[in-house]
Amino acid sequence: MQFEYKVEGGDFTQAGHASSQIKKSLKQLGVDSSVIKRVVVALYEAEVNIVAHAYRGVIYADIESTGIKLTLEDEGPGIPDVEQAMRKGFSTASHAVREMGFGAGMGLPNISENADNLSIETVVGKGTTLRIEIKF
Amino acid sequence: MTLRDICALVEGVPVSGQSRLDDIVEFAFASDLMSDVLTIKRDQFLLITGLANLQSIRTAEMSDAPYILLCRGKEVTKEMLDLANEDDVLIIKSKFSMFRCAGILFGAGVKPVY
Repeated sequence: MQFEYKVEGGDFTQAGHASSQIKKSLKQLGVDSSVIKRVVVALYEAEVNIVAHAYRGVIYADIESTGIKLTLEDEGPGIPDVEQAMRKGFSTASHAVREMGFGAGMGLPNISENADNLSIETVVGKGTTLRIEIKF
Repeated sequence: MTLRDICALVEGVPVSGQSRLDDIVEFAFASDLMSDVLTIKRDQFLLITGLANLQSIRTAEMSDAPYILLCRGKEVTKEMLDLANEDDVLIIKSKFSMFRCAGILFGAGVKPVY
Protein backbone atom coordinates (compact mmCIF):
# COMPACT_ATOMS: atom_id res chain seq x y z
CA MET A 1 0.00 0.00 0.00
CA GLN A 2 1.56 3.26 -1.10
CA PHE A 3 0.71 6.86 -0.33
CA GLU A 4 2.11 10.20 -1.43
CA TYR A 5 1.53 13.60 0.17
CA LYS A 6 2.76 17.03 -0.85
CA VAL A 7 3.90 19.37 1.92
CA GLU A 8 4.27 23.15 1.56
CA GLY A 9 6.95 24.97 3.52
CA GLY A 10 5.52 27.47 6.00
CA ASP A 11 1.97 26.13 5.83
CA PHE A 12 1.36 25.23 9.46
CA THR A 13 -2.38 24.79 8.90
CA GLN A 14 -1.66 21.59 6.98
CA ALA A 15 1.26 20.33 9.11
CA GLY A 16 0.26 16.93 10.40
CA HIS A 17 -2.26 16.13 7.67
CA ALA A 18 -0.14 13.33 6.17
CA SER A 19 0.63 11.88 9.60
CA SER A 20 -3.07 11.89 10.44
CA GLN A 21 -3.97 10.05 7.23
CA ILE A 22 -1.25 7.44 7.77
CA LYS A 23 -2.45 6.94 11.33
CA LYS A 24 -5.97 6.21 10.10
CA SER A 25 -4.67 3.71 7.51
CA LEU A 26 -2.50 1.87 10.05
CA LYS A 27 -5.44 1.68 12.46
CA GLN A 28 -7.63 0.19 9.75
CA LEU A 29 -4.92 -2.39 9.05
CA GLY A 30 -4.97 -3.40 12.72
CA VAL A 31 -1.34 -2.48 13.43
CA ASP A 32 -0.44 -2.50 17.15
CA SER A 33 -1.24 0.88 18.73
CA SER A 34 2.21 1.31 20.29
CA VAL A 35 3.80 0.81 16.86
CA ILE A 36 1.33 3.26 15.28
CA LYS A 37 2.33 5.84 17.86
CA ARG A 38 6.03 5.42 17.03
CA VAL A 39 5.27 5.78 13.31
CA VAL A 40 3.09 8.86 13.59
CA VAL A 41 5.31 10.64 16.13
CA ALA A 42 8.36 10.14 13.87
CA LEU A 43 6.39 11.12 10.77
CA TYR A 44 4.75 14.14 12.38
CA GLU A 45 8.09 15.50 13.61
CA ALA A 46 9.56 14.99 10.13
CA GLU A 47 6.52 16.58 8.48
CA VAL A 48 6.80 19.60 10.79
CA ASN A 49 10.51 19.84 9.90
CA ILE A 50 9.60 20.24 6.20
CA VAL A 51 7.00 22.90 7.02
CA ALA A 52 9.42 24.64 9.38
CA HIS A 53 12.63 24.54 7.35
CA ALA A 54 12.04 23.68 3.68
CA TYR A 55 10.32 25.33 0.71
CA ARG A 56 8.32 22.25 -0.16
CA GLY A 57 8.51 18.48 0.06
CA VAL A 58 6.91 15.14 -0.68
CA ILE A 59 6.19 12.29 1.73
CA TYR A 60 6.12 8.75 0.37
CA ALA A 61 4.76 6.00 2.60
CA ASP A 62 5.11 2.35 1.69
CA ILE A 63 3.17 0.02 4.00
CA GLU A 64 3.98 -3.66 3.82
CA SER A 65 2.94 -6.57 6.01
CA THR A 66 6.24 -6.41 7.91
CA GLY A 67 6.54 -2.66 8.41
CA ILE A 68 6.44 0.84 7.00
CA LYS A 69 9.01 2.76 4.97
CA LEU A 70 8.68 6.53 4.96
CA THR A 71 10.66 8.77 2.63
CA LEU A 72 10.50 12.54 3.09
CA GLU A 73 12.16 14.50 0.29
CA ASP A 74 12.37 18.24 0.57
CA GLU A 75 13.67 21.15 -1.43
CA GLY A 76 15.24 23.45 1.09
CA PRO A 77 18.40 24.76 2.68
CA GLY A 78 19.73 21.31 3.64
CA ILE A 79 21.48 20.56 6.93
CA PRO A 80 25.09 21.84 7.10
CA ASP A 81 26.04 19.64 10.07
CA VAL A 82 23.89 16.53 10.56
CA GLU A 83 25.72 15.46 13.71
CA GLN A 84 24.95 18.81 15.30
CA ALA A 85 21.30 18.66 14.14
CA MET A 86 20.92 15.24 15.79
CA ARG A 87 22.02 16.66 19.14
CA LYS A 88 19.18 17.28 21.58
CA GLY A 89 18.58 20.99 22.06
CA PHE A 90 20.24 22.19 18.84
CA SER A 91 17.86 24.15 16.62
CA THR A 92 17.90 26.69 13.80
CA ALA A 93 14.12 27.21 13.92
CA SER A 94 12.60 30.66 13.49
CA HIS A 95 10.57 32.47 16.12
CA ALA A 96 7.39 31.62 14.15
CA VAL A 97 8.18 27.91 14.36
CA ARG A 98 8.82 28.17 18.11
CA GLU A 99 5.45 29.85 18.51
CA MET A 100 3.91 26.72 17.01
CA GLY A 101 5.35 24.65 19.84
CA PHE A 102 8.34 23.27 17.93
CA GLY A 103 11.93 24.26 17.28
CA ALA A 104 13.49 23.19 20.55
CA GLY A 105 15.98 20.82 18.96
CA MET A 106 14.07 17.68 19.80
CA GLY A 107 12.66 16.68 16.39
CA LEU A 108 15.46 14.67 14.80
CA PRO A 109 16.47 12.94 18.07
CA ASN A 110 12.81 12.00 18.61
CA ILE A 111 12.51 10.64 15.06
CA SER A 112 15.67 8.60 15.60
CA GLU A 113 14.37 7.21 18.90
CA ASN A 114 11.13 6.01 17.33
CA ALA A 115 12.60 4.61 14.11
CA ASP A 116 14.15 1.18 13.65
CA ASN A 117 16.26 2.70 10.86
CA LEU A 118 16.84 6.34 10.00
CA SER A 119 19.01 7.74 7.25
CA ILE A 120 19.55 11.36 6.33
CA GLU A 121 20.89 12.54 2.99
CA THR A 122 21.34 16.25 2.68
CA VAL A 123 22.88 18.74 0.26
CA VAL A 124 23.29 22.30 1.48
CA GLY A 125 21.31 24.68 -0.72
CA LYS A 126 19.30 21.86 -2.32
CA GLY A 127 17.44 19.82 0.26
CA THR A 128 17.18 16.83 2.53
CA THR A 129 15.85 13.29 2.24
CA LEU A 130 14.90 11.36 5.35
CA ARG A 131 14.30 7.62 5.23
CA ILE A 132 12.52 6.14 8.21
CA GLU A 133 11.78 2.43 8.65
CA ILE A 134 9.63 0.99 11.41
CA LYS A 135 8.89 -2.72 11.73
CA PHE A 136 5.48 -4.00 12.78
CA MET B 1 -10.61 10.91 37.64
CA THR B 2 -13.11 11.73 34.91
CA LEU B 3 -12.69 14.66 32.57
CA ARG B 4 -15.99 15.94 33.96
CA ASP B 5 -14.40 16.06 37.46
CA ILE B 6 -11.38 17.86 35.99
CA CYS B 7 -13.69 20.43 34.39
CA ALA B 8 -15.27 21.15 37.76
CA LEU B 9 -11.89 21.49 39.52
CA VAL B 10 -10.47 24.05 37.07
CA GLU B 11 -13.83 25.76 36.39
CA GLY B 12 -13.40 24.59 32.82
CA VAL B 13 -15.76 24.64 29.88
CA PRO B 14 -15.65 21.80 27.37
CA VAL B 15 -15.78 23.15 23.80
CA SER B 16 -15.28 19.96 21.77
CA GLY B 17 -15.29 16.19 22.23
CA GLN B 18 -17.96 16.33 24.94
CA SER B 19 -18.64 12.60 24.48
CA ARG B 20 -15.30 11.98 26.23
CA LEU B 21 -16.26 13.79 29.45
CA ASP B 22 -16.81 10.52 31.31
CA ASP B 23 -13.47 9.06 30.18
CA ILE B 24 -10.98 8.57 33.00
CA VAL B 25 -7.45 9.99 33.01
CA GLU B 26 -4.79 9.04 35.51
CA PHE B 27 -1.87 11.11 34.20
CA ALA B 28 -1.25 14.65 32.97
CA PHE B 29 1.60 16.54 31.34
CA ALA B 30 1.89 20.34 31.20
CA SER B 31 3.86 21.94 28.36
CA ASP B 32 3.74 24.49 25.58
CA LEU B 33 6.46 22.58 23.75
CA MET B 34 4.86 20.01 21.49
CA SER B 35 8.12 18.19 20.73
CA ASP B 36 8.40 17.52 24.45
CA VAL B 37 4.85 16.12 24.51
CA LEU B 38 5.73 13.87 21.57
CA THR B 39 8.50 12.17 23.58
CA ILE B 40 5.96 10.70 26.02
CA LYS B 41 5.56 6.97 25.59
CA ARG B 42 2.38 6.75 27.65
CA ASP B 43 -1.00 7.46 26.04
CA GLN B 44 -4.43 8.63 27.27
CA PHE B 45 -2.92 11.42 29.39
CA LEU B 46 -4.27 14.97 29.79
CA LEU B 47 -2.28 17.65 27.97
CA ILE B 48 -2.29 20.90 29.96
CA THR B 49 -1.13 23.71 27.69
CA GLY B 50 -1.35 27.38 26.87
CA LEU B 51 -0.60 26.72 23.21
CA ALA B 52 -3.78 27.55 21.32
CA ASN B 53 -3.19 26.49 17.73
CA LEU B 54 -3.71 23.55 15.38
CA GLN B 55 -0.47 21.89 16.41
CA SER B 56 -1.61 21.33 20.00
CA ILE B 57 -4.56 19.34 18.61
CA ARG B 58 -2.39 17.47 16.10
CA THR B 59 0.03 16.64 18.93
CA ALA B 60 -2.80 15.29 21.09
CA GLU B 61 -3.95 13.18 18.13
CA MET B 62 -0.46 11.76 17.40
CA SER B 63 0.15 11.12 21.11
CA ASP B 64 -3.08 9.12 21.55
CA ALA B 65 -3.90 11.61 24.28
CA PRO B 66 -7.16 13.16 23.10
CA TYR B 67 -7.70 15.43 26.12
CA ILE B 68 -6.50 19.05 26.16
CA LEU B 69 -6.84 21.51 29.02
CA LEU B 70 -6.30 24.94 27.48
CA CYS B 71 -5.30 27.45 30.15
CA ARG B 72 -5.41 31.21 30.62
CA GLY B 73 -8.66 31.63 28.70
CA LYS B 74 -6.98 31.20 25.31
CA GLU B 75 -9.35 31.38 22.39
CA VAL B 76 -10.17 28.27 20.38
CA THR B 77 -10.38 29.20 16.69
CA LYS B 78 -12.90 27.68 14.30
CA GLU B 79 -10.06 25.79 12.57
CA MET B 80 -9.03 24.29 15.90
CA LEU B 81 -12.61 23.32 16.71
CA ASP B 82 -13.12 21.71 13.31
CA LEU B 83 -9.94 19.64 13.69
CA ALA B 84 -10.75 18.70 17.29
CA ASN B 85 -14.22 17.53 16.27
CA GLU B 86 -12.79 15.59 13.31
CA ASP B 87 -10.26 13.83 15.56
CA ASP B 88 -12.64 13.51 18.52
CA VAL B 89 -10.35 15.51 20.81
CA LEU B 90 -11.85 16.94 24.01
CA ILE B 91 -10.81 20.55 24.64
CA ILE B 92 -11.54 22.07 28.04
CA LYS B 93 -11.02 25.81 28.38
CA SER B 94 -10.04 27.23 31.76
CA LYS B 95 -9.37 30.82 32.79
CA PHE B 96 -6.81 29.62 35.34
CA SER B 97 -3.08 29.72 34.56
CA MET B 98 -1.17 26.59 33.60
CA PHE B 99 0.56 26.61 37.00
CA ARG B 100 -2.75 26.88 38.84
CA CYS B 101 -4.42 24.16 36.74
CA ALA B 102 -1.45 21.82 37.21
CA GLY B 103 -1.36 22.53 40.96
CA ILE B 104 -5.07 21.88 41.45
CA LEU B 105 -5.02 18.64 39.47
CA PHE B 106 -1.83 17.38 41.12
CA GLY B 107 -3.37 18.12 44.51
CA ALA B 108 -6.50 16.22 43.51
CA GLY B 109 -4.50 13.11 42.66
CA VAL B 110 -3.81 13.33 38.92
CA LYS B 111 -0.36 11.79 38.48
CA PRO B 112 2.61 13.33 36.67
CA VAL B 113 3.98 11.47 33.63
CA TYR B 114 7.52 11.90 35.00
